[in-house]
Amino acid sequence: MLFRLLIVAACLTLPGMAQATDTRAGGKLVLTEGVSSVEGSAGGGLANWALIAGNETEDGIGGNLHATEVLLPDYKLTSVGGAVGWRDRIEISYVHQVFDTRTAGVALGLGQGFIFGEDVFGAKLRVAGDAVWDQDRWLPQIAVSVQHKRANRAAIIRAVGGKSADGTDFLLSATKLVLAKGLLVDATLRLTNGNQFGLFGFGGDRQAARTAQFEGSAALMVTPRLVIGGEYRTKPDNLGFARENAAYDVFAALAVGHHATLTAAYTDLGSVATFARQRGLFLSLQGSF
Amino acid sequence: MFCASVAALLLSLQAAPDMTPAGEQPVAPYAHANANADGVPFRDDHMWRAFHGAIGVARVIDGMIDRSLTDPRISDIFKGQDITRLRRTLREQFCYLLGGGCTYTGRTMQEAHRNMGIQSADLAALVEHLQAAMQTEHIAFTAQNRLLAKLAPMKRDVVKQK
Repeated sequence: MLFRLLIVAACLTLPGMAQATDTRAGGKLVLTEGVSSVEGSAGGGLANWALIAGNETEDGIGGNLHATEVLLPDYKLTSVGGAVGWRDRIEISYVHQVFDTRTAGVALGLGQGFIFGEDVFGAKLRVAGDAVWDQDRWLPQIAVSVQHKRANRAAIIRAVGGKSADGTDFLLSATKLVLAKGLLVDATLRLTNGNQFGLFGFGGDRQAARTAQFEGSAALMVTPRLVIGGEYRTKPDNLGFARENAAYDVFAALAVGHHATLTAAYTDLGSVATFARQRGLFLSLQGSF
Repeated sequence: MFCASVAALLLSLQAAPDMTPAGEQPVAPYAHANANADGVPFRDDHMWRAFHGAIGVARVIDGMIDRSLTDPRISDIFKGQDITRLRRTLREQFCYLLGGGCTYTGRTMQEAHRNMGIQSADLAALVEHLQAAMQTEHIAFTAQNRLLAKLAPMKRDVVKQK
């Protein structure tokens, strides 16, 4: 009897398993996977979006690799990372950030070209909605994310008032393409105590706990391959020694073929470690499958 | 009574092929209704004019289908399908939705794609070809997106439901 039940169970589950392994690459419309955000997740550059990384649909696995450079008057931020998207449902991402203090390092007493580094491990789950195809519904695509960040300069972080070199952000994102207007909008709530994205640790002498921060984007499709837009992202102001401001950018993202996206932006990160007006060029190249 | 019914049935079966437009294969009978187009038409004819009317829409449909038939990702889906009928019903559907005042005589999107096993990636490939065909016809980008927004929700009926 048990044997018979097992056979019946196998017959019921095997076709499902066969279907599960029969994956298919590609299938997202051009630019509807977003680009790599500074934290490695699919987004707009500064902001995390509810879209899942990679070209895949619910039938497959996709992913991307990216390299980003942000050239500021007194600093340079370089990030390299990748993400995997599973069935347009789950995203796993990783990025390594290198923050070069260049000559500012001397003024800060750290030394010429002192480097702050950070690793960000991200996971995102799409919980509802379809940003792209459900054009008859207002329900946006909604995703929850967690980003665990590990900065590498614990001693300096503590010396300037930071509470920890490690931290975890929790995010709730809503993204919708209003196709009839060629407009994509995103709004994300981030619970974080990260100082300058976490590069200067988590929590500080002014504020230790996580606070709710907002990040949002609006983008307009100019041609099927070109999107222009702007982003805004608030940040906590935890450290007494240096004020931290909201960041914003204006960007253009160009799809090159089916597998590459080039993003160029003018970004303003505000004051960073007492050096004001950190505005400059953001360049990012993403390859995806 | 029985014989009369059989005779009526035979007559109706014979009559069916006569209803089939020239060059098309007969299909099982179904109720005709504009509602089968699965979309609410644009209010006036300005989208129809943006698509250059009947001639422009015919070129867009042909451009989309011809590209699809030679695309190895999706060409197999069209094998054994009545392409003549597909071109006609798509012209009618686009005309109806774009405010061109046509009557749609095709089946619903769910009926027309039943058991075809179409995946999201197949539909995305078709949309790419539609976009390319609209570009070739020099349809304004804003008009392209307005039509795509109207077609996009059909995905729920076209793609196999899990």
